[in-house]
Amino acid sequence: MKGESNVKIINEMRLDFPAISENEGFARMVVSGFMLPLNPTMEELADVKTAVSEAVTNAIVHGYGGRRGTVRLHGAYTTENLLYIDVIDKGRGIADIESARQPFFTTAEGEERSGMGFTVMESFMDQVEVKSALGEGTTVRLIKRVDQREAALPRRS
Amino acid sequence: MFSYEVRRNALTVWLSGELDDRAAARLRKEIDALVDDARVRRLIFDVSELEFMDSSGIGLIIGRYKKVSKRGGSVAVTGQDRRIDKLFQMSGVYQVVERL
Repeated sequence: MKGESNVKIINEMRLDFPAISENEGFARMVVSGFMLPLNPTMEELADVKTAVSEAVTNAIVHGYGGRRGTVRLHGAYTTENLLYIDVIDKGRGIADIESARQPFFTTAEGEERSGMGFTVMESFMDQVEVKSALGEGTTVRLIKRVDQREAALPRRS
Repeated sequence: MFSYEVRRNALTVWLSGELDDRAAARLRKEIDALVDDARVRRLIFDVSELEFMDSSGIGLIIGRYKKVSKRGGSVAVTGQDRRIDKLFQMSGVYQVVERL
């Protein structure tokens, strides 16, 4: 999350919660609240909520797979209105990231998983970075430039 | 989370609230209790009242499609906003499910 040259982080947050499905909706709410000062459009807000929902669900369902664990959300935004959301788990990790990012890839065949998680994240965010190591966990970084309507609707200072 | 209406052999399901992984697990059981009635040949999902949906909704709809199509029935979706439409499009839902 280190910015280049003049880009500075304006705000940052960190949240740890247990890897249970109750927290999928909670994570979406937290991220919406966190990004509100960026003056997002409804569309941008919904894009980010959808991507976060996919990443947090992956951490709970695939990272921990029903075992106990903690999911960490780390959010930040910069002077250039770039929003970063890291979704971090210490679960089982992804064996082959390239395959996992393909549409319809799922390791949970019998459970009606669509295998569209990463595809959805990629189409609703500007950039998605995945780091993972077997047995150590996965970090998904979601990046989006927010507040493209700043000219039309000036932000309160 | 949903309401429904059965008319002859057609079942219409109105989904509402937030459809994520947690909600999908519950909905699957409740909707299947209705879909498992062999008389159901036509299943329509109305998603116009959904406040949120992620890819869990795709799994839910495709899963029900598999059941209904096995007995020669069909599935349709209606009421999708731009975001949900995009989700259905990118995942190929419209290849098997009719868009009303």
